[in-house]
Amino acid sequence: MKLAVMGAGAVGASVLDLAAEYGHEVVAIADSSSAAVDSHGLNPEAVTDRKAETGTVGDHDPADALAADYDVLVEATPTTLGDAEPGYSHVVEAFERDCHVVLANKGPVAERYADVRAAEEASDGDLLFEATVAGAIPALSTVADLGPTHVTAVRGVLNGTANFVLSRMAAEGLDYEHVLAEAQDLGVAEADPSFDVEGTDAALKCVILANVLYDREYTLADASVEGIANLSGSVLELAAEDGRTVRLIGEVQDGEIRVGPRLVPENGTLAVTGTRNIVQLDTAFAGRLNISGRGAGGPETASAVLADVGRLAKR
Amino acid sequence: MSEAVQAYTVRLELVDEPGELLRALEPISENGGNLLSVLHERGNLTPRGRIPIEVDLEATPERFDAIVESLRDAGVNVVQAGAERYSEELVVILSGHLVETDLSETLTHIQGSGEVSVTDVSLSAPGGTGDVSSARLRLATESGGIDGVLDAIDDLAEEKGLRVITPLTEGEA
Repeated sequence: MKLAVMGAGAVGASVLDLAAEYGHEVVAIADSSSAAVDSHGLNPEAVTDRKAETGTVGDHDPADALAADYDVLVEATPTTLGDAEPGYSHVVEAFERDCHVVLANKGPVAERYADVRAAEEASDGDLLFEATVAGAIPALSTVADLGPTHVTAVRGVLNGTANFVLSRMAAEGLDYEHVLAEAQDLGVAEADPSFDVEGTDAALKCVILANVLYDREYTLADASVEGIANLSGSVLELAAEDGRTVRLIGEVQDGEIRVGPRLVPENGTLAVTGTRNIVQLDTAFAGRLNISGRGAGGPETASAVLADVGRLAKR
Repeated sequence: MSEAVQAYTVRLELVDEPGELLRALEPISENGGNLLSVLHERGNLTPRGRIPIEVDLEATPERFDAIVESLRDAGVNVVQAGAERYSEELVVILSGHLVETDLSETLTHIQGSGEVSVTDVSLSAPGGTGDVSSARLRLATESGGIDGVLDAIDDLAEEKGLRVITPLTEGEA
């Protein structure tokens, strides 16, 4: 398959890097100000070197990448709330050209699910978005295999940054500010960590799961969201005395979405440590499934993107 | 001890281990209860895999309260004592300016919110009582009462600007 990649951050660059490994080629990639286009396939190294040296990926305008001759548009620009732009317009344009769309950007399916599905409906192209929920973990494809109506509940740890902070606080008895600063030094937390620690990122993933499970449109406004910012270390201490710990848990059940810090058994399935994520699915006929792994990272998320591309190639 | 002696029925759940029955009966005589009968339903298991026993006893109301308390202190699972039936237990943690927002009033309010009993409270105030502190509450509610209790606690916490960390009741077997 020929891919056009919108967004040249960690995920976009990794898709460019790994596409050949999966038997596909990237014919265009764009960042916010530039694009590289080559109908015979781009050389990943040349693009990455140029980006490092000049800050641009090529001599073209970003719009040229969108207009290139590709089979699948990979949307990997940063997630935005509300109108989900510019990702949403990229999706619509690809569908208008009857191309497939694979999302790493959560915005379009978390904030404008009905619009995106309508654009897909009117197109010969199909939409997949495995990478939007828990990075490398095959959450959505597992739901698709089980059948969304056979999944009675989904819950899990869906944000690695928040989980890192909570598990370090519990293990070391350190306070929130201290651990957050450490996470920022390690590159686990961003300079502005609010998206992660306020629960927004986990909530968007739950919204996407709810959209898939219930086949109606949910947005962030439908989720009850509480974060872990400034959580007192004494909470973790009291939890530990009782054989429990605290995790930022996202839940989708009975049509409701809830994200918040919850008490879980200290050595229980959901008490994953560090940046690890876990998705737990309750099913009607197959009992409970737990899938844990890396929920973020360039190559990890790119592997989910390329798995989607592989699924589209078989259709 | 001016109050009259009454008859009570206490339902307990025991782990299937030697000595458990004796351990469960001791607090009754130690606190001045008069044991009338013990129905030990061995071979019959509760949903939690424990052995149910039913104890009839006589005591004054005051002594009866002491008996139930010492049974719980001894780690015996009291499912029903007199007219009360506590079959579900949960732990929540409250965090925030607990002392300034009157912790004892908070607890009274929770106790008053329905068929719920606060059975244990642990407070942690590393920065002193004027700073943010946290409290772990162990609550016993009647069967099916957990959701209502949690809703009441959520409302109270919102009113007092406290953070509530509730247990994930689903999902962790």
